[in-house]
Amino acid sequence: MAEFWVNMGPQHPMTHGLWNLRIKVDGETIIDAEPIIGYLHRGVEKISEVREFQKVIVLTDRLCYVSSITWSHAYCLAVEELMGIEIPERGKYLRVISLEIQRIASHLMWLAAFGADIGLLTMLLYALRERELFLDLIEIMAGLRLNSNYTRVGGVRNDVPADFEKSCQRVIAHFLKKLDEYQDLMENSKTFLMRTQGIGKLSKEDAINWGVTGPNLRGSGADVDLRRTIPYEVYDQIDWEPAIEKDCDCYARSIVRMREMRESCRIVLDALKKMPPGPYRMKPPRRAEGEAFRVTEDSRGEALFYVAADGDDRPYRVKIRSPIFCTLAAVPQMMRGHKVADVVSIMGSIDICVGEIDK
Amino acid sequence: MGVEEQVLARLKERFPKLLLESASVRPGVGRIKIDRKDLVEICFYLKEELGYEHLSCISAVDWKDRYECVYHFTRYSDGSMFQVNAIIPHDDPHIESLCKFWRSATYPERESYDLMGIVFDHQPDLRRILLPPDYRFFPLRKDFPQEVDRQYISRRKLKTGGA
Amino acid sequence: MSGSLLTPNLVGLCRSLTEILLGIVKAIFDALSLPGVGSWFVSPGVVVFFTYLIATLVMVMWAALVNLLSVMWVERKLYSRIQDRRGIMLGVPWPWSKKYKRGMTNLGWGFLQNIADGVKLLQKENITPASADKLLFHAAPAIIVSSTIMVFAVLPFSENFYYTKVALGVLFVLAALSLGPFAIILAGYSSNNKYTLIGGLRAAAMMLSYEIPLILCVVAVVLLSGTLDPFQMVAVQERPLMGTIVPSWNVFSPPQMLGFVIFFIALVAELERIPFDIPEADAELVEGWTTEYGGMRFGFLFGFKWLRAFAGAGLLVILYLGGWNGPVFATVSVLGYPIPILPQEFWFLLKTYLVVMVIIWISWSIPRVRADQVLKIGWNRLIPLALLTILGAAVFKTMGWF
Repeated sequence: MAEFWVNMGPQHPMTHGLWNLRIKVDGETIIDAEPIIGYLHRGVEKISEVREFQKVIVLTDRLCYVSSITWSHAYCLAVEELMGIEIPERGKYLRVISLEIQRIASHLMWLAAFGADIGLLTMLLYALRERELFLDLIEIMAGLRLNSNYTRVGGVRNDVPADFEKSCQRVIAHFLKKLDEYQDLMENSKTFLMRTQGIGKLSKEDAINWGVTGPNLRGSGADVDLRRTIPYEVYDQIDWEPAIEKDCDCYARSIVRMREMRESCRIVLDALKKMPPGPYRMKPPRRAEGEAFRVTEDSRGEALFYVAADGDDRPYRVKIRSPIFCTLAAVPQMMRGHKVADVVSIMGSIDICVGEIDK
Repeated sequence: MGVEEQVLARLKERFPKLLLESASVRPGVGRIKIDRKDLVEICFYLKEELGYEHLSCISAVDWKDRYECVYHFTRYSDGSMFQVNAIIPHDDPHIESLCKFWRSATYPERESYDLMGIVFDHQPDLRRILLPPDYRFFPLRKDFPQEVDRQYISRRKLKTGGA
Repeated sequence: MSGSLLTPNLVGLCRSLTEILLGIVKAIFDALSLPGVGSWFVSPGVVVFFTYLIATLVMVMWAALVNLLSVMWVERKLYSRIQDRRGIMLGVPWPWSKKYKRGMTNLGWGFLQNIADGVKLLQKENITPASADKLLFHAAPAIIVSSTIMVFAVLPFSENFYYTKVALGVLFVLAALSLGPFAIILAGYSSNNKYTLIGGLRAAAMMLSYEIPLILCVVAVVLLSGTLDPFQMVAVQERPLMGTIVPSWNVFSPPQMLGFVIFFIALVAELERIPFDIPEADAELVEGWTTEYGGMRFGFLFGFKWLRAFAGAGLLVILYLGGWNGPVFATVSVLGYPIPILPQEFWFLLKTYLVVMVIIWISWSIPRVRADQVLKIGWNRLIPLALLTILGAAVFKTMGWF
């Protein structure tokens, strides 16, 4: 068959969001790929220039709607650096707890979508069922399940109730047992291994050159976890280990995310024990001047916010660096030489959330 | 001496006249401000000699009298970051592309071109990425109206063409 | 062994029914003093015609109404329970149940849901793409439906519940089932769409390559049973197994155990179920070869997949699992006819539905296999093992062991 371009999307039941992937196929083999994005561009950077600092948090929550607390938190860190303020200890611990619970929820959403893409439709329902428990925890903390608007410049919005630690322990104990089951279901299934091992290889040097970060980079063997390399909040006081895998294929990335879920559970329980009493929020100044940037480890990689202000009570420029935006550039290289059926494996293992690509 | 002060010292000794401003932002993070024509030399030095292997972000800022292209680099071995502000005059928004050193620069440069209109010379694939390919404006510039500045035109006015 | 419920057989019952009905018609015409017309109605040709018409109706309704809806219900409830939810629950609730409120429809056991889905598909517009090849586009669902129902003309449900006795019954069933890939290629090609074409060709490649181990395993069974006739095949399996009371189903002999597994895997591939689901992998090519079909045409393509599953499972049961053999625990005498409590139809349906449930269970627990890996499994692994089965069966037959 001659080579022709095939459009996967933008209207597609399983591409995790609104984007288009054009692949050039020769029979079943992929020769080239080109992602086309921009269908979900909402102009967040432009709008945040007319909102006050606290009001931008509503926008940054909705950047990546699956993992929203991590994005608002990165923005708050950048603005706090700009204003030169330091938030109280209890606020930092509360932020870490909410971040890790959000990370588990985001990885469970990835697991649901990935399983459904590969063909294991039962995993969709199992992972979403477990995600409900964590969304309930977020609801106890913040009042909303998704897009919870919990972090503020200067701390968090409210404190957690007294029996929160017990709820967390119950949920995490139940979840760890189920996670063993799901990991078994995926790892011991020969078809899953056939679908993901050896697919979508990206070596470590290539990954760093293309700007890939997060679980995708750790799946290629690089020992880079921004919570450890550039610690922020209280991650250097909590006992945890980054998850790193050596083979650079889709299977390694999946295992990295499964292990990260376990580590997040550990972090949550540890942070709950170590959390000091006291204030959790301080009042930030109204105006700021200068420029600042902070890097955090989002569920999908490195999220960088660069905020510049000129003395007004709103930012002058907010620049959002999205991890998956840079990973998409490496996608054509990962796909060349594989079959059309591997597109879903590769796209699923990268964990795309179009909201943060298109801003 | 802190890590970033070592880096700044080496940069000052290598390019004494090119750094318009240099400062240390916080422990582990340094910052310099340069003119746009020196970008490739300094970034090459940062990558090869000083080991900043990861280009995190390329931002474009429209101060009313100049554009600034802000580059953030990361070094994974000790977790230090570096910020480079490159000044671009307002009437000639061209700057050299960094794609030959870091392939992670392609998409952010396309985004800066798309939203701010800064043209990156020698970029292999400079075209719009987020907006439609035939869009005529650069929205992030300060002369593009904000949401609070734009007039709301009612449907009746649109139909009748009235004021 | 159990006896059958229908005596003497389906056609005989239909004949009696026809004679009664035509007798009534003749009596009406006699009363209207048109004796010539009345006696034409009871002439042998007309009786035979109406007998087979009624028998066809009964068989088609049994297959496509009762069994199709039952298999759909079993599938939807079973996979919902695997996914930890209740599944379809639209049914007519008992009016005296405590939770009953007027108009509440989610209390039943779900049998109405499939009918509701069918009605929904019926009232949709049947869109034909403008640039599609109209003849082939309309022919493809017709071929799938008719080839699937053709199977039930030959597949017996018990000694007496059959439509016709054909000496080469198993061969006819295999031939009817292999019209499937032909219709799929027609559907994929005539839709004039890149995706459906790719989907159709992938489906055809997969199904053709899995027909071969299917037929080779049947050859192995035929070597041991000595016949292609489903009735004799089941009769052969009724003998006790080497001095024990266990019946000698074909699956109990060692080469046939291997053949059973291979036949089962090839059957799952023929039916386009996950794990061999690439023709309609919805993550990749939307719906695959059925993308352009809408309304009831889509309903046919989609729904008769389950009927093919039932037919394939029926074939598996006859070949390997002893057909309708099963113990009868008691016999009741009704009007002088002995009616067994657990008739042969019951055992056949039980075994078939168990096989269908295992197929559903596997479908919803395993990821999808990639297209080239599917073909590799079919050609590199299943065909040599199927040939080994034939060799084993030949050895057993010459040695007279089984």
